[in-house]
Amino acid sequence: MSTLEIRNLNVSIAGTPILRDFNLTVPKGEVHALMGPNGTGKSTLAKALAGHEDYTIESGEILFDGENIIGEEPDVISRAGLFMAFQYPSEIPGVTIANFIRAALTARMEEGQRFDAPAYYKELYAKMDSLKIDRQFTSRSVNEGFSGGEKKRCEILQMAMLKPKYAIMDETDSGLDIDALRIVAGGVNAMRGPDLGILVITHYQRLLDYIVPDRVHVMYEGRIVESGDAELAKKLELNGYDWVKENFAAATV
Amino acid sequence: MSNDTLTVEAATIADADIFSQRQALSAHLPEWFRSLQQAHWARYLELPEPRRLDERWRFANLRRLQDIGRFSPTPFERPEADDLVERAQVVENCAGRLLFVDDNLAAAREMDPELEKQGVIFTTLGDALNRHGDLVKKYFMAETPDLGSEKYEALHVALLRSGVFLYVPDNVEVKRPFVVYNFTQRNGGAIFPHTLFVTGRNARATLVDYQAAASPDTEHLVIANAHIHTGDGAESHHRIIQNWNERTLSFQLNTNNAQRDSQAKSIIVNIGSAQARQEVHGKIFGSGSNVEMYSVNVPTGEQEFDQRTLQTHIAPNSRSDLLFKNALLDQTRTIFSGLIIVEENAQQTDAYQTNNNLMLSEEAESNSLPGLEIKANDVKCSHGATTGRIDESNMFYFLARGIPPAGARELLVFGFLEEIIQKFETPAMAEHVRSLLAAKFHL
Repeated sequence: MSTLEIRNLNVSIAGTPILRDFNLTVPKGEVHALMGPNGTGKSTLAKALAGHEDYTIESGEILFDGENIIGEEPDVISRAGLFMAFQYPSEIPGVTIANFIRAALTARMEEGQRFDAPAYYKELYAKMDSLKIDRQFTSRSVNEGFSGGEKKRCEILQMAMLKPKYAIMDETDSGLDIDALRIVAGGVNAMRGPDLGILVITHYQRLLDYIVPDRVHVMYEGRIVESGDAELAKKLELNGYDWVKENFAAATV
Repeated sequence: MSNDTLTVEAATIADADIFSQRQALSAHLPEWFRSLQQAHWARYLELPEPRRLDERWRFANLRRLQDIGRFSPTPFERPEADDLVERAQVVENCAGRLLFVDDNLAAAREMDPELEKQGVIFTTLGDALNRHGDLVKKYFMAETPDLGSEKYEALHVALLRSGVFLYVPDNVEVKRPFVVYNFTQRNGGAIFPHTLFVTGRNARATLVDYQAAASPDTEHLVIANAHIHTGDGAESHHRIIQNWNERTLSFQLNTNNAQRDSQAKSIIVNIGSAQARQEVHGKIFGSGSNVEMYSVNVPTGEQEFDQRTLQTHIAPNSRSDLLFKNALLDQTRTIFSGLIIVEENAQQTDAYQTNNNLMLSEEAESNSLPGLEIKANDVKCSHGATTGRIDESNMFYFLARGIPPAGARELLVFGFLEEIIQKFETPAMAEHVRSLLAAKFHL
């Protein structure tokens, strides 16, 4: 039951169907990559999993270790152990990174449990160091004035601090130069292990050179049309998405 | 509010002989001061009440102003206020402390004796009038805001009998803040706190006016003035924490006067009052000066915060920056009316004026009237007002990290307010302001 299992999921935005009978299972301990051309529903999947109210779930199930989370509020889903790394993280003036992560952690505490501030800062600084984030960033407003790379590193920092059971990384490689990509991938690889299932959503194969997936899924027009091992990503890179369109357009009509 | 809620049987502002009664008790004050009070009493009686069509009172609730006559100027007495002395500890290790309850000194004046040796004066206005009369005379009501509350200003001068005089002589720098506490206590009481804050050439000081009530249930009229005179090359920081109780009608009528190469910085935090009318006039008399006027306001319930400002650039090559931020809840109302005037000779002026409103309730109402009047041709001026709600995508970002909606909302609102709170140099003060503001969200 240690899986994130998506069964026959249908999602629409403002009446337009985006995901169509979508099926995917990500077990803990594995990294799955979800690839596909733009506009095929990858980000919709991420937002729908996170419980965003603009994404209407028409039917299907999202089973979180066997438990259906459809209909739960986004904060409840997050505390249940799902983390989404945003493609475009929000800039929040006046709220420091330290206070933001702290609020997220205290929201996870049992009633009556005390927040251990020194231990928190110790852990925060250690993780910042490994992601090569300047410690002074703790007192900077969340993402405000950050470069693309800094924003994505900040997402990974949050993920590392919140220790989710499942993580969805939505186009985490977009806007990253090769150095930032290495750091971000290093951060994710450091978290890989039997207690975490990761779904990496990406348009390009490039990220998968650094985060080598256990499984690769190709998505087209709202559903997975092909699955395979890491070699599939290389095949896609070689043939381009036209290959997907040519082979699967007819099947999805 | 009606008369029968008042339990005090004392002479009220409306009583014909209230002024002569009060003057009889201030025979020890200098003659010039007493005649000035006399003149202001006449002016108070003469001036009309604000009228609906007066632009300077546009959007304001005039109803409460009509029955101020029922409030009683507080009697001269030694207050019973041990608990308030305890509460007057917001800033530890301050340079000096004065504590008033209902306009009466409630604890011995405290001041660092070293500063006394350097010629710093920090005392009650009454004491200063007697011991440093000429100095006080030079500055007392020398400048006025002229933003609509002249009638109430006249009443303030006529009936004031206490207040604070802080004088920091040339070249004296005081890092720690001076703190003045004013509490209201007696039900139905009217008080008239006056702050006169003067820094000499190249001097530096911070004064905090901390305003609060002994209890939440009493009714009060407060007409306060604060006049800041910042000398050549000097730096002044003035902070007002307005936390009168929510049955108080308060006025705060201020001028912020900057001489050459000075830094004059003020912050007003509005938490309390049923209705707070504030007028702040920044006057740039000297070139090379920098005047900053900031305010952070969180009205709740049915509070009305009515702020009128002027930034007058008389001298060239100076900067003024105004930023007033409101987060409105419930059925509250705010009014911001600001004007920048750049006079003909004030070339190379940099003047900014911004009013941001964060609407946290469908029923709240913010009114914003920014304005510019530029008579010089080589200036940089901008003004703007924004009104908005909490950004939904920011909200989702918080929720997606597991922060529940109420906590997310509070953090986002605090983020909005933080831009002003950060301007408090004393961390303990900033933290105290945060806690006062936070309390408003847990009603």
